[in-house]
Amino acid sequence: MVTTEKNLIIETKNVSVFYGDTPAVSGISLGIEREKITALIGPSGCGKTTLLRSFNRMNDLIPIARTSGEILFEGHNIYAENVDPTEIRYRIGMVFQRPNPFPKSIYDNIAFGPRINGFSGNMDELVEKSLIGAALWDEVKDRLRTSGLELSGGQQQRLCIARTLAVEPTVILMDEPCSALDPIATLAIEELMRDLSKQYSIVIVTHNMQQAARVSDYTAFITQDERRIGELVEYDDTRQIFTNPTDERTEAYITGRFG
Amino acid sequence: MALITEVAFHAHMRKRKIRGYVFYALCLTAVALGLVMLAALLYNVLSEGLSRLSWDFITNFPSRFPERAGIHAAILGSIYVVSIAGLVAFSLGVGAAIYLEEYAQKGTFASFIQLNIANLAGVPSIVYGILGLEIFVRIMELGKSVIAGGLTLALLVLPIVIIASQEAIRAVPPSLKEGGFALGATKWQVVRRLVLPYAFPGILTGAILAVSRAVGETAPLIVMGALTFVPFAPDGPMSRFTVLPIQIFNWVSRPQEGFHVAAAAGIIVLLVVLLTMNAFAVFLRHKFQKGTQW
Ligand SMILES: Nc1ncnc2c1ncn2[C@@H]1O[C@H](COP(=O)(O)OP(=O)(O)OP(=O)(O)O)[C@@H](O)[C@H]1O
Ligand SMILES: [Mg+2]
Repeated sequence: MVTTEKNLIIETKNVSVFYGDTPAVSGISLGIEREKITALIGPSGCGKTTLLRSFNRMNDLIPIARTSGEILFEGHNIYAENVDPTEIRYRIGMVFQRPNPFPKSIYDNIAFGPRINGFSGNMDELVEKSLIGAALWDEVKDRLRTSGLELSGGQQQRLCIARTLAVEPTVILMDEPCSALDPIATLAIEELMRDLSKQYSIVIVTHNMQQAARVSDYTAFITQDERRIGELVEYDDTRQIFTNPTDERTEAYITGRFG
Repeated sequence: MALITEVAFHAHMRKRKIRGYVFYALCLTAVALGLVMLAALLYNVLSEGLSRLSWDFITNFPSRFPERAGIHAAILGSIYVVSIAGLVAFSLGVGAAIYLEEYAQKGTFASFIQLNIANLAGVPSIVYGILGLEIFVRIMELGKSVIAGGLTLALLVLPIVIIASQEAIRAVPPSLKEGGFALGATKWQVVRRLVLPYAFPGILTGAILAVSRAVGETAPLIVMGALTFVPFAPDGPMSRFTVLPIQIFNWVSRPQEGFHVAAAAGIIVLLVVLLTMNAFAVFLRHKFQKGTQW
């Protein structure tokens, strides 16, 4: 288990998320390390997306979703009464499974976040910096005014990452960010993630075992119990999980005998 | 053994193709019928009224003498009344649609309102005339004025605007909104900067449909007390007025042949106004659908 308590950026304590009365995940307690990459893996439908979206209160947008337990972000419970979810999402950014650029120019896609949050500095510089950060600058620097929708899928996903970087969040949540991309674009994004992890804490959901093994520092394996409720089976150093898992369900999953 | 034998496959294929052709022919007939009707209508109106059209016809007030009668008052009345109706219905309608789609708790109350909006869209227009007469003319003491007429028509087309705007707003991809929220946008920012621009072409279509409907309405304005003979240009919101369809209706019901010709000419003007507005709407929609720059 991850033991370096002091360096946790996010810590969940006995978190359950319900859709209506049905729990999707239950009793999840884990800590996300600062400036590391943590991967969430597990079979389809086990609740990875649900758990990830509870980290920045995106589940609040689903009327029937309800969360119990505590999620501490920098030591404060983000589900406490006086917390504004808008502020949480400003500090904990999210990249979605399908690239979802706004139907605006590349420039305005990046400028959107800073603008709505009241940024008053040099926007041109910020746009350039964010695009460089997402390894997209060279490909688009001559056409910043064209629509973000005219980019390829991989470029769109990097645009969405750049858009997230532009508000300088502390944590970046990524829900299968490469599932719509080809192997080359995937590698580009993985490289990018390694770079980003020097500054950002990253949580990534992935179905791709090699990807988890390649990019992440820690891996959490989640699976459904017999009532189809997601639970945390094992959480450890990525190397430990992939070479010497303690739980047989983890071993079955990563060796492809399950899920 | 194949699942379907060659022979059976080809026989079935022929049947499928014939069905396709039959359906195609039916659709073509429907389109042709519509076009024929439209052409007949246009021919009828144009052959009778085209020669009567002149600048004088647009600038003259109505008259006892058919050849001197014009639509000046009616055209101004139509423009004023429909502008007021359009502005009021657009702001209220889009506001209501945003509320219902983005803010209202989904539940029995919301479905109740929804059901009633759909019902209101089906209420005969004359009922709105009676409502306008009671509320705007009598209770609010606006008189039988341009503003009362505009408000009456606004009520009439409000359900159309609301329903069209709701549909446009509902068509905004949830992923787009989530993208905004994930950057720390407030609800209002998401609505203002993502939802509304995306939905705008659809909202515009609804608004133009509504205004087109308002331009052609006669019954509610007559009930409300619009005039039929107006020898003056409306000079403000409290002025009495008439509108094009009422003027046309009035001329058609006169015995003299000359007035029937004037009515035909009036219909041409009305059609031109409608087509211009529709063209403008198509232009705007096209402009906004390009979508790059909001
Ligand atoms: N909006 C929702 N309303 C109701 N139930 C939901 C909703 N979203 C997810 N669920 C349910 O919650 C459970 C977990 O779903 P979730 O999307 O979190 O799984 P996942 O691990 O991300 O799966 P995948 O790997 O296929 O993306 C599933 O049983 C799903 O049916
Ligand atoms: Mg998922």
